[in-house]
Amino acid sequence: MYSYESDFPIDIAWCPGCGNFDIRTALIQALQELSIDPTLLVFASGIGQAAKMPQYVNANYFNGLHGRALPVAVAIKASNPSLTVIAEGGDGDMYGEGGNHFIHNIRRNPDITHLVHDNMVYGLTKGQASPTSQIGFVTPVQISGVTNEPINPLALALTLGATFVARAFSGDIPETKEIIKAALLHKGYALIDILQPCVSFNKTNNFGWYKSHSYHLDETHDAKDLNKAVTLALDTQKLALGILYQSNGRPTFEEQVNIYKEDATPIVSRIRDIKAINALMKA
Amino acid sequence: MQNSITIVLSGEAGQGLQTIEDLLTKAISDSYYIFSASEVMSRVRGGNNTVTFRISEEKVFSFRYEIDFLFLLNDHGLSRLKQRITPNTRIFDQDRFAGEKSVSKDSNMVILGFIAGMLGLEKAMVINLIRSHFSAKAKERVSENERAFETGFDQGSAEPRLNLTKSSAPGTYKILDGTQAVGIGALSGGCNFVASYPMSPGTGLLTFMADHAIAHGVLVEQAEDEIAALNMVIGAWYAGARGLVTTSGGGFSLMQEAVSLAAMTETPCVIHVGQRPGPATGLPTRTEQADLNLVVYSGHGEFPRIVLAPGSLEDGVLLSQKAFDLADQYQVPVFILTDQFYLDAKGQMERLTLNEDGLKQHIIKTDPNYLRYTLNASGISPRGIPGYGTGFVKADSDEHDEHGMITEDFEMRVKMNDKRLRKENGLLEEYVSAELIGPSEYQHLIVGWGSTYGVLKEFIKTRTTADTAFLNIKQVYPLHSELLPYFKKAQSVTVVENNAKGQLADLLVLKLGVKITNRVLKYSGEPFFIEEIKKRLLEVL
Repeated sequence: MYSYESDFPIDIAWCPGCGNFDIRTALIQALQELSIDPTLLVFASGIGQAAKMPQYVNANYFNGLHGRALPVAVAIKASNPSLTVIAEGGDGDMYGEGGNHFIHNIRRNPDITHLVHDNMVYGLTKGQASPTSQIGFVTPVQISGVTNEPINPLALALTLGATFVARAFSGDIPETKEIIKAALLHKGYALIDILQPCVSFNKTNNFGWYKSHSYHLDETHDAKDLNKAVTLALDTQKLALGILYQSNGRPTFEEQVNIYKEDATPIVSRIRDIKAINALMKA
Repeated sequence: MQNSITIVLSGEAGQGLQTIEDLLTKAISDSYYIFSASEVMSRVRGGNNTVTFRISEEKVFSFRYEIDFLFLLNDHGLSRLKQRITPNTRIFDQDRFAGEKSVSKDSNMVILGFIAGMLGLEKAMVINLIRSHFSAKAKERVSENERAFETGFDQGSAEPRLNLTKSSAPGTYKILDGTQAVGIGALSGGCNFVASYPMSPGTGLLTFMADHAIAHGVLVEQAEDEIAALNMVIGAWYAGARGLVTTSGGGFSLMQEAVSLAAMTETPCVIHVGQRPGPATGLPTRTEQADLNLVVYSGHGEFPRIVLAPGSLEDGVLLSQKAFDLADQYQVPVFILTDQFYLDAKGQMERLTLNEDGLKQHIIKTDPNYLRYTLNASGISPRGIPGYGTGFVKADSDEHDEHGMITEDFEMRVKMNDKRLRKENGLLEEYVSAELIGPSEYQHLIVGWGSTYGVLKEFIKTRTTADTAFLNIKQVYPLHSELLPYFKKAQSVTVVENNAKGQLADLLVLKLGVKITNRVLKYSGEPFFIEEIKKRLLEVL
């Protein structure tokens, strides 16, 4: 079994009781159960407490700029499709600063897994509103309460054509692990919005709130039914947990790249022939 | 000034000027040296656009202001060109060839024939060019074009002989524009990944790479915005590809944070910035050299970078090829800095034989003890890529330790910052030398960079007194002290730039402490014309 623990001591920067610890446990279990070779696994992340996850899982990573994990992730996957690529970060990172990349990479459909820790607040910058903060949420900046309609990442992803859309809750490690495994096995872009309490900056949406405002989809749920999935995603009063939607068959970005249609060799493994370029000189 | 003639075609967008330019430059280059450039308004249809052909007995890459032959394809072009018309200019207005409408839907082919006849070009050769150009179209259309061409050719042949000597030498050169030169250079530098967001005049390179993608195995993707574009290119390099982003000043402004990211993570990247006049949207289809400061100082924090500025077509190829090797070797951002004039102008270039040196990758196979940011004397930590070897490649935009783990240890911070900055020592050893044109002993030194190369070279070549030389600086950042002797020899130093402040002049003063006597600057959105450069330099020399 592969180990995802570093052989040197690591200093974890998360607050005690943070949902990130449970997400880390679920993630490592999922990777171990799928036997993914960590040397062939790459995390792309941005900035925020969630985006520090790659620091604490022993694999390759590119921890880049706030909001920019997805462009890095899609380029890594496209340059070397033999790698498993996970883009991971928080709601502010992925839905706010990186909103444009979120929209357009769903359209692209790269074969990557997108893990978004959603605690409805900014943690690292100390408690301001995030794109998923609920109306009325009071913060040091939104002193009279949030007035912007929160983003609905699941509904947005579904309507843009995402083929794997799920919601998990960090408090349920076994289910989160299973959803992550399904996302990693899914061919194409897979989004998991992972609800998570922020013990330091979100006293409203705490563990108990999530417990009372969510429920698990049962086996009667048909994940192939897009209309049902959209209806579930639009229900923001009672949050459905599980795989809301999954469909197979949509070609991935890498599969559709013109140069891979003729030759699947990753560009990083190809050798350029200078003769072909000198032929251009003669033309 | 070289013995040359200038032909200008004036029409509106959508009238087929581009087709005439393509065909005529190819046809003329068989017998004469040729330079051509189009000047377009920022619109898809209408307006007034011109194509200028400068036909010469010697190699040429600059504009002449005065027009010898002007062909008007519509009736509203003349007013914009009045100052370029002399008593000797022959003007052919739109009615001149209108009578030939019976043979062709438009008069472009008649004009093409007329010019070919006037220049004494070989008829069969031009007809072959027309045939291959229109081969995809209906046969009927091809023969219609040929008839129109022949009608024009006969009329042009009846014109008085031009005082311009033909030769077979120009035919050995390759005809191309600056965009193609940079594109060929990028391919020969092993570029296999391009992500960009369209912006004139940088878009041409994106199109060129897309056009060559399948033949050369280049993954080309239009990004959702410029921020994504450079982050994608950085991701591609991290994974082991050789990425390129192409843009203009406005688009590049959006990429600056990612430049800083490349520096901190020590991920190589190659950035082509095709300059156009700013600030903001500026003059979208015109030229300027006002973004040198932007690229030199772009991105927060302190870190090394390289800025290369091709002026000749040969340098477009060679410097772009070198950009990829330098980026890979030193793990720094490398800029190819051009401008609209350089990118869109066509000229002739020696058919270089490129070697494989530019394709050699500087990547190591990792082992379980691999550390991405090893501290060492050169500052260049061996670069691994994920999946090649048994180690992990951990890159971080936070300050980090040798593992790539986030650190807030002040001592480590200083060590890592020093390590990154230390790379400048090594990369300066590979400084791309400047080119001196003219006598090696001189009183006056003219200094230029980028697209002023052609016009300043012509000024020196045709100057009757041998007291002036031209120094073309190819690597504008970082500057090397090896340039100092050129300045020490000179009684006066005149820096010529297509901007309003003299940005290279400032950099020379700041970095090398040299004294600049004169600054000859232009920022109207047009390049320098040869007559203009002569007049303005003679005022100060």
